[in-house]
Amino acid sequence: MRPDSRIWSFVVPIAAVILALMIASIVILLIGKNPVVAYEALIKGAFGGRQAIADTIIKTTPLILTGLAVGFGFRAGVFNIGAEGQMIMGALIATVVGINLGGVPPVIAIPVTMLIGMLAGAGWAAIAGYLKAKTGAHEVVSTIMLNWIATYLSSYMVTEPLAVGSGTPKSPEIAESAKLPPLLTIGATEMTSGIIIAIVAAIIMYIILEKTTTGYEVKAAGFNPYAAEYGGISISKNITMSMAISGALAGLAGALEVMGVHHRFLGTLSGGKGFDGISVALIGQNHPIGIMFAAFLMASLRTGSNEMQFVGVPKHIIMIIQGIVIFLVAADRIVRTILIRKKKVRS
Amino acid sequence: MPPSLGGIELDKEYAVVMKGITKRFPGVLANDHVDLFVEKGEIHAIVGENGAGKTTLMNQLYGLLHPDEGEIYVFGKKVHFKGPREAIEHGIGMVHQHFMLVDNLTVAENVVLGSETKKGFLFDLNEARKVVKDLSEKYGLLVDVDAKIEDIPVGMQQRVEIIKTLYRGAEILILDEPTAVLTPQEAEELFEILRRLKKSGKTIIFISHKLNEVMEISDNVTVMRLGKVTGRLKTSETNPKEIARLMVGRDVVLRVEKENKEPGDVVFEVKDLWVKDNRGLDAVKGVSLKVRRGEIVGIAGVAGNGQTELVEAITGLRKVEKGKIIFDGIDVTGFSPRELRDMGMAHIPEDRLKYGLIVEYPAYYNLILGRHHRFPFSESNFLNKRFILKNAEDLFEEFDIRPRKPEMLGGNFSGGNQQKIVVARELSHEPKFMVISQPTRGLDVGAIEFIHKTILRMRARNVGILLISMELEEIFSLSDRILVIYEGEIMGETRPEETTFEKVGLMMAGHRLEEVER
Repeated sequence: MRPDSRIWSFVVPIAAVILALMIASIVILLIGKNPVVAYEALIKGAFGGRQAIADTIIKTTPLILTGLAVGFGFRAGVFNIGAEGQMIMGALIATVVGINLGGVPPVIAIPVTMLIGMLAGAGWAAIAGYLKAKTGAHEVVSTIMLNWIATYLSSYMVTEPLAVGSGTPKSPEIAESAKLPPLLTIGATEMTSGIIIAIVAAIIMYIILEKTTTGYEVKAAGFNPYAAEYGGISISKNITMSMAISGALAGLAGALEVMGVHHRFLGTLSGGKGFDGISVALIGQNHPIGIMFAAFLMASLRTGSNEMQFVGVPKHIIMIIQGIVIFLVAADRIVRTILIRKKKVRS
Repeated sequence: MPPSLGGIELDKEYAVVMKGITKRFPGVLANDHVDLFVEKGEIHAIVGENGAGKTTLMNQLYGLLHPDEGEIYVFGKKVHFKGPREAIEHGIGMVHQHFMLVDNLTVAENVVLGSETKKGFLFDLNEARKVVKDLSEKYGLLVDVDAKIEDIPVGMQQRVEIIKTLYRGAEILILDEPTAVLTPQEAEELFEILRRLKKSGKTIIFISHKLNEVMEISDNVTVMRLGKVTGRLKTSETNPKEIARLMVGRDVVLRVEKENKEPGDVVFEVKDLWVKDNRGLDAVKGVSLKVRRGEIVGIAGVAGNGQTELVEAITGLRKVEKGKIIFDGIDVTGFSPRELRDMGMAHIPEDRLKYGLIVEYPAYYNLILGRHHRFPFSESNFLNKRFILKNAEDLFEEFDIRPRKPEMLGGNFSGGNQQKIVVARELSHEPKFMVISQPTRGLDVGAIEFIHKTILRMRARNVGILLISMELEEIFSLSDRILVIYEGEIMGETRPEETTFEKVGLMMAGHRLEEVER
C-alpha cells in the first residue's frame, strides 16, 4: 500500500484506535484492573441501551460541528484555535435572541435562532481573519485572545444582565418556539434533532470543498498561497471568508446546544468542546466524513467512561486513549512525509 | 588502435572504473549495466537529461547508494563503500547540487566541520583558518575565511564546498550540476578553478546537461540516456549536436530558427516604473519599455537586479510605487492578477514550484488555475468536472505532458513536465501579452527545444512577449529586441543581430550602452 494512497487515510486512524486501546489496556493492567472488564463497561456505557446511545449522540453533535469548523480552517490554511470562543458567542447570541422570540411560530423562530448563532460565530472568527489579512497578525494568537474575551463576556452576561436563579450562572430559558424538537425522548433524556443538522452541515462542507469554485479557491489558498494569488485568487478575501465559515460552524454548535440540549445559556455550556474540535479534525484527517466518525468515537469514549468508572477504572484512561490516537495520527503524517520524501530523493 | 578490454584501454591509468553498474528502484531501472571509465587527471563530463541516472551513478561512487550489480575500482583497487566516509578515505569528494553548509558558521569552521583541527582536546580555530587559507591560495579558490556562510554569495559558497573536499584529501572530485546556481561570470570563474585543479593532478567528474559547458571544460564525455550509457566520446572529436542526439535519442535543434516578422502596434507599455523589494528598498528604478504584438522583448541581466520585482509588478502581484502600466490601451496600474488575466495577460513565473503550481493538486486542477472561475470550468460557482478533465486531456496531448495521467498530483511530475503544465495552461488562455520568466531553468535539452519552439509559435500568433532570462543564449536566440537590466535600471537597448555576448555581458555588469559602444 502506498503511503499517499486514499485507503491509507482510512486505515491509519482505525489502526491508531486499535493500537491506542491496546496500549491503554497495559496501563489498566498496571493499575491492577482487568482491561476486558473495563472495555466491556466502556462499550456498555456508550451503546448499552437506548439511553446510552442517545447520550452518545447528544455528545457527538457539537463535536461534529466544532470538528468541521477546525477542519475547514485547516483545509483553507488557517489554524482556527478559537472554535471555543466562537461556539460561546454563537450560544450566547442565540440565547439572547431565542429568549425574545415568544409568539413567533417555530418555523421562523428555529431557523432565525440558528442563523443568528452562526452569524455570531462567523463574525467573531472573521475578526481574527480580517486582522490576519490586513495586518498579518497570526490567527492562533488572535483567536486565543478572542476565546478569553468570549468566555468573560458570557460569564458577565449570565451573572449580571441575563442572570436568573441561583447556583450555576445561567440565563432564562429561550422561548418554547425556538427550541429544537427532540428526535426521541427516552425517559428524562431528550435526544436532540441537532444531530441531523450536524450531518447535513458535514455534507454541505464536503460539497463546498470538493464541488465548488469556492472550495477550489479555499484549498488552493491553503496549499500554496503564492500560487493561488498568482492564479488570481485574493488571499486576504479568502482568509477572512474561510475564518468566517469556520466560525459559523462553531457558532452553530453553540446555538444547537442551547436550542436542543440546555434550552438556556449556562456558564459551563461549551466545556472545551471547541478545543476538542481540534482533536476531532486531526483524527478525522480534516475530511467531513472522517470528522463525523472521529466525533462519534470521542463522544462514545466520553459517555462510556462513566460506566468504566463504576468498575473501578478511572475515567481519565480515555484521555490516555484519546492522546495516543492523536499522537499516532500525527506520527503517521511524519512517517508519510519521510516516506514520500525518501521516494523523491531516490528518483 | 590501443589494446582495449571491454572499453578499458590498457595503456591508460584510470582513477575510476565502474563496470556493469545496475541499480533498481521500485518500478525504475535507474542504472542499467553502466560502464564508466575516468582517466587520472582528466575532467570527465557525464551528461544526460533529467532522470537519465547521472546522479544515481555518482551517489554509488560516493557510497550514498549501493549498486545491485557491478564493480567499482578506484585507482585500480576494487572497492565496496558502505558509506561516504569510506569513499572520502579513498580520496573521493562530492559537491552536491544543494550545498551542505552551516549558514551561521564561518567559512573556516565549515571546512573543518566533522574533522576539526585540535589543540589537545580543544578546537583550534587559528589552525583551521591557516589550513583553509593555504588551500585557498594553493588552488586559487578565493574565499574569506572569517565570513559567515549566510553573508557570502553562492559562487563563494561553492568554492567553500570544493575546499571542504580538498581538506579531506580528495583526489577525485565529483561536481553535480555545479553551474545550475551560478551566474555566467561565476561559472567562468569555476571553470578556471577546475582547470587549475586538473593541472595539479586532480581528477574531476562533472555532471551537467549544458552542452556548451561540457564542450568548454571537459576532456572526455560519457552520455547517458534512460539509465544506459549511449556514448563515450573524446570532447575534441565531437560536437554539441552529436552529444544532444545521444542524450535525447533523436536530432535536436539547439538554436531555433526565428522567422522574420514585422511587429504590430504596442500592446503593452511601462512608463517610469518604480517598485520596492521585500526589504522596502527600491528594486526597480524608473524602468520604461514597450512590447508590440508579435514581438519578443528580452530582458537580460544577472539574477537579483530587479527582474523578479519588475515581473511581479507587471503581473499585479506587487505594489507599484510610481509610474504607469498600460495594457491594450488601458491604464492597468494597480489591477489585481485576476483582472489582468481576464484582460488577456498570461504569466509563466520564474519559480514554478512557488508560483506556477499547486503541487498538492492534480494536474487537471493545475491546468485551470486562473481560469477556474470562468465558464466552462465553473458554472454558478460549481466546478464542471467534465470540462476540466476534457481540457486536461487535450492539453496533455497537445503539449506531450508525461506520464499521461491528468489525475497525478502536480508535485509528482518531473521538472520538465511541470513546466509543460504551466506553459500549457498559460498558452491555453489565448493571451494577448505574456510575461515569461526563466522558462527553461533546470530543464534538459529536449524540453528546452520544445519550450523555445512554443514561445516562437506564440510570437507567430501575434502575442506580445516579455522574456526575462539569465541565459544569454536564450535571450539572443529568441528576442527581437534586448534590454539589459542592472540594479533596477535599463542599461540600454539593442538587437541580437547588432551586438555580441561580450557587449551585453558588460552591460549586465553595469556599463551603459554608450560606454560599451565606444
